[in-house]
Amino acid sequence: MDMWMKVGSALLLGAMIVMLAPRAMQMMKESKAAEAGDWPSFILPLLAVGCFVALLMAMV
Amino acid sequence: MQSTIANGRSQAAVLSTNKLIRNTYMLLSMTLLFSAVTATASVLLRMPPMTYLLSIGGAFLLMWLVLPRTANSGAGLGVVFAITGLLGFALGPMLNMYLSLPNGPQIVATALGGTGVIFLGLSGYALTTKRDFSFLGGFLFVGLLVVLGAALLNIFFAVPALSLALSAAIVMLMSGFILYDTSRMVNGGIDNYLIATVQLYMNIFNLFISLLHLLGFASDD
Repeated sequence: MDMWMKVGSALLLGAMIVMLAPRAMQMMKESKAAEAGDWPSFILPLLAVGCFVALLMAMV
Repeated sequence: MQSTIANGRSQAAVLSTNKLIRNTYMLLSMTLLFSAVTATASVLLRMPPMTYLLSIGGAFLLMWLVLPRTANSGAGLGVVFAITGLLGFALGPMLNMYLSLPNGPQIVATALGGTGVIFLGLSGYALTTKRDFSFLGGFLFVGLLVVLGAALLNIFFAVPALSLALSAAIVMLMSGFILYDTSRMVNGGIDNYLIATVQLYMNIFNLFISLLHLLGFASDD
């Protein structure tokens, strides 16, 4: 990656962090607490995605 | 009488949610097709690598500065197509790089198909379970900030293993965001289909790029 691409990418990522940070703080405060069974219902599909991606990586 | 009013309200809310979901997925499919056209144009024109940065920068400026002001007007539709068109155009240099590999077309096609399967699977799951995934908000946004911070450092340190780990983390984060954003549509956390379309589009876009990176690595080329 040439220097201009590095500088441009860094500026873009820095801007994203600056724009997202207040929203992340707000979400941390306002997100509702997880109820029983909420985390497994999130982790199971994510595990399925992980296995699927591993399968695709083995295929190529 | 009270139950009739309650049922009437509930029916109105269901109709409104169904309309939001239908409009969002219709616009999402149109913007994905439009992106495919602009990405093809960018590939055929053999755009230089800087195109990626400039197009993404332009798309983010529209997303941050223009879309919030136009999301409730007819002009918002044009802004959504401009954003997704620019993001599609940004893919040109990256796609050209992958397509030049010996099994490049297979990698790109697998990444495209894999992205489609993951998106449809997770959306179908969130729509059918109707579970409220809003508890994920803080976790996903903080995770995204951590990944962006690590990506910022990796621009200058260029550690290949970290780059790979970041792609894997982004695949997981975007999968979480698909569940979160779809659940927000179903459970009333969002009521504007233009915003919902751009959010889902960004999830698909990031998922595709990260999957492409992982598959490119796995192919040993």
